[in-house]
Amino acid sequence: MMPKNGRTNGQIPVIALRDITKVYQMGDVEVHALRGIDLEVYPGEMIAIMGPSGSGKSTLMNIIGCLDVPTSGTYELDGKDVSRLKDDQLAAIRNHKIGFVFQNFNLLPRTTAVANVELPLIYAGMGGRQRRKRAEDALRLVGLGDRLDHKPNELSGGQQQRVAIARALVNEPSMILADEPTGNLDTKTSIEIMELFQRLNQERGITIVFVTHNPETAEYCNRVVRIRDGLIESDETRQATAGIHAAKTHAVSSNGHEAVMVKERER
Amino acid sequence: MKVLEALRIAMRALAANKLRSVLTMLGIIIGVGAVIALMSIGRGVEKYVTDQFAGLGSNLLFIAPGQITEGPPSLRANPVRSLTLGDMLAIADRSRVPHVAAVAADFQTRVQVSRAGKTVTVQANATTPEYPLVRNWNTTIGSYFSTLDSDERQRVVVLGSETYQQLFPNNEYPIDQTVQINGMNFRVIGVMESKGGGPGGNLDRSVFLPLTTGQDRLFKQKTPNGEYRVTVIYASIDDSANIPAAQEAITELMRERRGIKYLDQDDFTIISQNDLISVFGDILGALTIFLGAIAAISLLVGGIGIMNIMLVSVTERTREIGLRKAVGAKRGDVLIQFLIEAMTLAAIGGMIGVALGWGLAQIVSTFFGEFQAVVGADAVVTSLVVATAVGLFFGIFPAFRASRLNPIDALRYE
Ligand SMILES: Nc1ncnc2c1ncn2[C@@H]1O[C@H](COP(=O)(O)OP(=O)(O)O)[C@@H](O)[C@H]1O
Ligand SMILES: [Mg+2]
Repeated sequence: MMPKNGRTNGQIPVIALRDITKVYQMGDVEVHALRGIDLEVYPGEMIAIMGPSGSGKSTLMNIIGCLDVPTSGTYELDGKDVSRLKDDQLAAIRNHKIGFVFQNFNLLPRTTAVANVELPLIYAGMGGRQRRKRAEDALRLVGLGDRLDHKPNELSGGQQQRVAIARALVNEPSMILADEPTGNLDTKTSIEIMELFQRLNQERGITIVFVTHNPETAEYCNRVVRIRDGLIESDETRQATAGIHAAKTHAVSSNGHEAVMVKERER
Repeated sequence: MKVLEALRIAMRALAANKLRSVLTMLGIIIGVGAVIALMSIGRGVEKYVTDQFAGLGSNLLFIAPGQITEGPPSLRANPVRSLTLGDMLAIADRSRVPHVAAVAADFQTRVQVSRAGKTVTVQANATTPEYPLVRNWNTTIGSYFSTLDSDERQRVVVLGSETYQQLFPNNEYPIDQTVQINGMNFRVIGVMESKGGGPGGNLDRSVFLPLTTGQDRLFKQKTPNGEYRVTVIYASIDDSANIPAAQEAITELMRERRGIKYLDQDDFTIISQNDLISVFGDILGALTIFLGAIAAISLLVGGIGIMNIMLVSVTERTREIGLRKAVGAKRGDVLIQFLIEAMTLAAIGGMIGVALGWGLAQIVSTFFGEFQAVVGADAVVTSLVVATAVGLFFGIFPAFRASRLNPIDALRYE
């Protein structure tokens, strides 16, 4: 395994996984999807998780996203152990701390963009007017200020994924998790989406973890974690080599509750 | 999540599938509609009947030959022994029947009445002169015949209001005009107030003449030993509190007069207004139970329909549920969402049903002149509450299922 990044300034990781395993019981067969994952992700990082199909990427993302719990090991999110929480507690964490972006967008059909983006706020108990305003702001942030009342079937794939990203952003989560967000998009649109992620990461300091098959997509990240057979094969931190801010060496977190952070990037 | 929010989501989900929503509601619509319509009509009938009885005269006892339990006269094994004018006179004797205020006897038969080429077939009531007093019923034109008319067997007649209109279509002044009853000339001396239909037929379509005239001159239906045969005797009692006592005294007297032995059954019937009302009450009670059963069955069927569609809906919307959970919906949020959806479905169905039932009741009302269906607020509220409760009950299982879905599996669902 590659050495861990030198984060010596005592920051609390957003994500701290220790010896995480996940075993699926398929009848008599046990599928070991994760076999002992150790991973720390710090605020403001943008990480690509890569690996062959079936290596456990989605399983890992689901655990990080609190959609699932590990079979063993501990998971601290913002310094709080969430690996043994109950359904409803996990739901609350997903609502407040995590924004999830899916490969197939998962927008509610026949529902306007703004209503889709409002969804997490409904479950956060926010009132209608404030909700609408926040959702509109999020849509503007992803460049869809002129598509507020469009329904998914009136939007292109890239636009639908932007709506999904706005939905992930709207609750000001600690991180955005994206499982193959460009898997259903063409190259040009993929680039747009990756640039959007990168902008959100670099301008707003939002922590982003995403899964991708595509090495070119991984170019937008400053850290690439490779998984094989449920284990981390490599963990490489480097300068992002693609995208609008590829040359920048500093990222400033402006994400409300996070401390402002300046970080050295290494090659 | 607020209930209001769940309601909005439910309305949107139902609106997205309008036809299916309506079809799902159909069971509830029909159930509630039938109950509202039939209850309203039942209430209307009850009110109508009660009104009719109230018009019969207060504290009235009816004495009729035969046992009501033996069925109509034509079906009875033994011929019924008639009542006579003598029975009426005996009942009028206050030393035998205390509390009796007035009595009247009435012999009823059908007759043909004609005037100026018009002929109508109506009921003739050959009565004693006290009839209007006992029945608490007056004339609008002229007067009822007197004791003298009766004693002299005068050929005088008082017309029911409808019969008057039929025979005098131009509202001619009827007094002292001549009509023929079964071919015999009678002088019109009065017209009764309109009373409407009631138990025993529509008295507005009848004529009234002295019992003596009728039995001696017209019908010749005296008993073999020459007594005036009567169909019914009316006795009005001074106070409703005394009705049971009077009823008992009359029973005693009649048994004695008719020589009925100890333990043998009465061969006559005494009915009070209250008896009649309670008989109708029993009928309406049975009807209500019957309606309740219909309602229960149709609501059950409607409820199963709702459960079925909600299960389909939960399956269809598995991904939606998964997504909602992924962005923070708790089990309770999903549970409430689907429960409210089922309840909304049922409640809207209930409202449509109420409207439908109300419409049906109105249509029935327009077909029957005097009868008016009564749509009770209690019936409306009850059926809406019950319909919604049905939605709640049958929504529990699908909603529970939805709430337990695992978000990962749900999102992966195709
Ligand atoms: N719900 C499940 N039940 C059983 N096995 C599963 C389940 N989800 C994933 N797996 C198995 O776990 C392994 C890792 O799957 P996954 O995390 O989806 O891989 P990836 O996303 O990298 O393609 C695979 O072998 C897969 O078949
Ligand atoms: Mg996967």
